[in-house]
Amino acid sequence: MRVFKLKRENFIPFMKGLSKFGELWGPVRKGDRYVYANEPPEKFVLNAIRTIVPAKKFFLPQKSTILKFKNNEWREHYDVKKRVIFGLHPCDIHALNIYHKFYTRLYPDPYYLKNRENTLIVGLSCLPDENCFCHLTDTETVNEGFDLFLTDLGDKFLVWVGSPKGDESLKLVKDLIEDTTQKDIDEYVEWRKKRRSMFKVSLDLEGMPEILTFNYDSPIWEQMGTACLSCGTCTMVCPSCTCFDVDDEFDIRTDEMNRQRYWYSCVFREYSMVAGGHNFREARSERLKLWYTHKLVGFMSEYGSPACVGCGRCVVSCPVDINVITVAKALLKEKPDAFWARMASSNVEVQHA
Amino acid sequence: MLKANAPKCNIRGNVVVEENPYLPERARIVRKFDLTRDVRFFQVRICDPDKVMTWTTNYKPGQFMMVSLPNAGEAPFSITSTPSRPGLFEFCIRKVGRLTSKLFELKENDYIWLRGPFGNGFPVEMMYGKDLLFVAGGLGAAPLRSVLLYALDYRDRFGKIFYLYGARTPDDMLFREEFFRMKERDDFECYLTVDADPTGLWPFDIGVVTSLFKYVNVDADNTVAIVCGPPVMYKYVVDEFLKIGIPDDHIFMTLERKMKCGIGKCGQCVVEHKYTCVDGPVFTLWDVKNIRTLI
Repeated sequence: MRVFKLKRENFIPFMKGLSKFGELWGPVRKGDRYVYANEPPEKFVLNAIRTIVPAKKFFLPQKSTILKFKNNEWREHYDVKKRVIFGLHPCDIHALNIYHKFYTRLYPDPYYLKNRENTLIVGLSCLPDENCFCHLTDTETVNEGFDLFLTDLGDKFLVWVGSPKGDESLKLVKDLIEDTTQKDIDEYVEWRKKRRSMFKVSLDLEGMPEILTFNYDSPIWEQMGTACLSCGTCTMVCPSCTCFDVDDEFDIRTDEMNRQRYWYSCVFREYSMVAGGHNFREARSERLKLWYTHKLVGFMSEYGSPACVGCGRCVVSCPVDINVITVAKALLKEKPDAFWARMASSNVEVQHA
Repeated sequence: MLKANAPKCNIRGNVVVEENPYLPERARIVRKFDLTRDVRFFQVRICDPDKVMTWTTNYKPGQFMMVSLPNAGEAPFSITSTPSRPGLFEFCIRKVGRLTSKLFELKENDYIWLRGPFGNGFPVEMMYGKDLLFVAGGLGAAPLRSVLLYALDYRDRFGKIFYLYGARTPDDMLFREEFFRMKERDDFECYLTVDADPTGLWPFDIGVVTSLFKYVNVDADNTVAIVCGPPVMYKYVVDEFLKIGIPDDHIFMTLERKMKCGIGKCGQCVVEHKYTCVDGPVFTLWDVKNIRTLI
């Protein structure tokens, strides 16, 4: 892979140069967390950890019109912008690779592909916080799926070029980058060691497929189902969750029918309910179990790797602390954490749906 | 990097989509009539003359189509016609929800929209030379009619054929007259039963569908069994198949799930890691044992 060096003082001009490709989006502060926003590069937070919603929103928007109906005819509808998305961490890019595999298999999705084609993905290195566990999911470094990737080494960035599109985009900023030296490489090796030592979560995630299979009928699911609110937050913030729902909406201004596609969640009660009212997953515990088995077991047998990239979004977002870590710990029968302590102290009756 | 066996790409390596799989095709209702109190039969024809023959010959029995009406939504329906009789698509639709209520308001000559056919369908080529044993319950006759008619249209390619069909009452039996006529054929065995007969005029068996197994006489190792019906029926019917000695992977069933895309994307039909719309809706008994919560 080709690598260049970018001096820190050249970062803003570098981003401004790339913005000739399209709208510039990057992580900016929102409250005590971060979001991707279309702002000038001066506002980008370079040490931002995870954003609230992952970058999947650029490729499968929360809500989008896919078809329009008028005069007895359905027509395709695309709402595509050229964008540069800056600040994706290795886990985010791994998740996009999962998206890519998923949305290009069997019947490739034209909306995903249009968005992807018109996006320049500029990754950014990160240092983990206490909720990151990408070292356990094998997603702490990334070799493909980005166009450019910046490694932040303090006074400079290493610029990795990951695609022909990335290579092309460097023409927009060719005066700002220079070749790397041996010293830069040494610094990078040091930086990696430092990063590696910063992870705090330790857990056997590799054994999850078997553990989950053996624990399919474990009472743990029932207990978690009692606590779960079925709010769908875990699926909305999960960068590898792909499910959507489709509905028609009449637009009174244009006299058109819009076929909308929007994010949907397998923990919602209606998810597996067919016409006539039969629900294949009536109990909350069954829906939770579906999420975890699909992520950690099913995806493994289909694509060879789990669909969890260790970004920690479910860890910081679930209002009742049901997440990959607490579930895995419970299944591994490790010492109870906050969630299980709270479960034990409350006398909630087990209820369905 | 250019990869072997990659999906069709342009020079930049971007996957190219030639036809938007979400775009419905307009069709016209040619004929409709009621099969039972709440199930209606629809015969439809694709409006685009260039597509009529390719669409209606290039599908497999057991596949489904996404049928939609603007502002009423879209849902999967089994194709009940057979590719051996091209030109039209046929559906049996029960009035249960928003979309189906709207479909019931349509008149002949009205438009509906179709996408598909989707799903794996029955592996009919692999069934050549084998005895076939069909077991249908209630609305399950809709998808099975497709493969039954296919087998009867190419009768010479199959061994013995048994068709067992049970409905709640004579009035709930789909294609009643069609099956009555089939009973007169001597190249296959058709047995009909009803759970109860309030009319007192039912000339055939009365009892659950498994009571018809006493008529079955097949070469177990060389038999393909196909079952479709309400969820409660599967266990009892499968037990009968196993009693005869039909191998697990020769027992096929077609299943129902909620679907919004039909192309393995929306996720709503997922069972463990299988998407019913692309990995199904036809599954074998081995799949059912292997994939939990399938039935």
